[in-house]
Amino acid sequence: MRHVYEFTAGESTPDVEKLLAREVGGAPVPDRLRHLFQQALAHFESLATRAAIVAETSADAFVQIYRGEGLNAPSAPLDVIIPRAQRLALFAATVGDAASAEIGILFGRGEPAAGYALDIIASEATNMLADAAALRFLRLQQARRAVGEDARVLPYSPGYCGWHVSGQRSLFEALQPGAIGITLSHSFLMRPLKSVSGVLVAGPPPAHRFKPTYDFCEDCTTHECRGRMASVLRAPR
Amino acid sequence: MTTPLLDGISSALQRGDRDAVVALTREAIDAATPASSLLNQGLLAGMRVVGAKFRDYEMFLPDVLLAARAMTAAMELLRPLLVADGVPLAGRVVLGTVKGDLHDIGKNLVGIMLQGAGFDTVDLGVDVDPDAFAEAAVTHGATVIGMSALLTTTMIGMKDVIRALEHRGLRDRIRTVVGGAPVSQAFAVEIGADGYAADAPGAVALVRALARVSS
Repeated sequence: MRHVYEFTAGESTPDVEKLLAREVGGAPVPDRLRHLFQQALAHFESLATRAAIVAETSADAFVQIYRGEGLNAPSAPLDVIIPRAQRLALFAATVGDAASAEIGILFGRGEPAAGYALDIIASEATNMLADAAALRFLRLQQARRAVGEDARVLPYSPGYCGWHVSGQRSLFEALQPGAIGITLSHSFLMRPLKSVSGVLVAGPPPAHRFKPTYDFCEDCTTHECRGRMASVLRAPR
Repeated sequence: MTTPLLDGISSALQRGDRDAVVALTREAIDAATPASSLLNQGLLAGMRVVGAKFRDYEMFLPDVLLAARAMTAAMELLRPLLVADGVPLAGRVVLGTVKGDLHDIGKNLVGIMLQGAGFDTVDLGVDVDPDAFAEAAVTHGATVIGMSALLTTTMIGMKDVIRALEHRGLRDRIRTVVGGAPVSQAFAVEIGADGYAADAPGAVALVRALARVSS
């Protein structure tokens, strides 16, 4: 089954206070920055066109897609996660080209602070859109009783955690996200830039658990996997 | 030597108040303030304070960008006078995102912060051909090339830029700086780049050091 979803602002509106806290590293937030980010959020909402495409797939089919150009790490989290999954879906989501383009326009117009704030908000909204698509996929599977009540969904994307970015090619061939305006360049770059793609994995919370001790973990600067695993091991949504 | 007017420019710059910086710069020009004083005791003095406060977590990246925006606007008034007086800029840097990559936020941040540090920048944009980097460096007399990439598939293009400089016999004259999410110090060493910066402030410090060496 393939679904195209549109989303309301409320389903992926970044929390400005959370972004500001990250920006100032826990220091008190100056009013001038709060004003800048609130303006950027309003600007973003006037430009964003949120959409996602979700296509269910089998584990066998996904393994072929995941193999891609054969450039994945020899051992990676999805190798252990996929066999534990109850349901899988390919997905892509975007906040649209206008928001992505406006960032460059603001820099070109000599408004770098506004461009920077808009970039942060658009990136956060894009990531939240992946979560929103994951939630719809979970609700659908739960309604069908295809997954347990405690099931949780996490998105995993090419370019992260050992899944080589070249995997975008086979992912795009299978998913065809051109339907919502997302295209792929020869260097595996998505347009609009503020887009996200990958696989949605539904399964019981422990299905998402892995030890972040792979070779590539040494080069990782974000360690976001820890927060993601923690989020699914808490009470189910 | 500072004056209340130059101090005012520095203060307005620290607040990121572009309109005030432009108005005070115009006033200082009308009062026949030497262009070099206006640059060094007014604008760059203010940017130095911004840089120190940023380092000490008293100001944040958007503050630096607001200050740099004000600096850029003032430089539009000041640049012709600096040229006429023969006052040298900190240096000229060619910037671009390498072939196949369309990400430009990091490169733009570096550009605006280099301008704020008194550098002249030539921004080639995104998806830039290796030869175009080398060509622009020659055409504009730049001593440093800054390259950005956000993908592991495009970062290898940085090596092509260095090769293009080698083919033109420019490798010893033009320094190369690389940055972007997948790029590392080890990668910079591997491809023979002169430096790697993890963020925009780091890039400014690196370019400043390399420009000094080049000159």
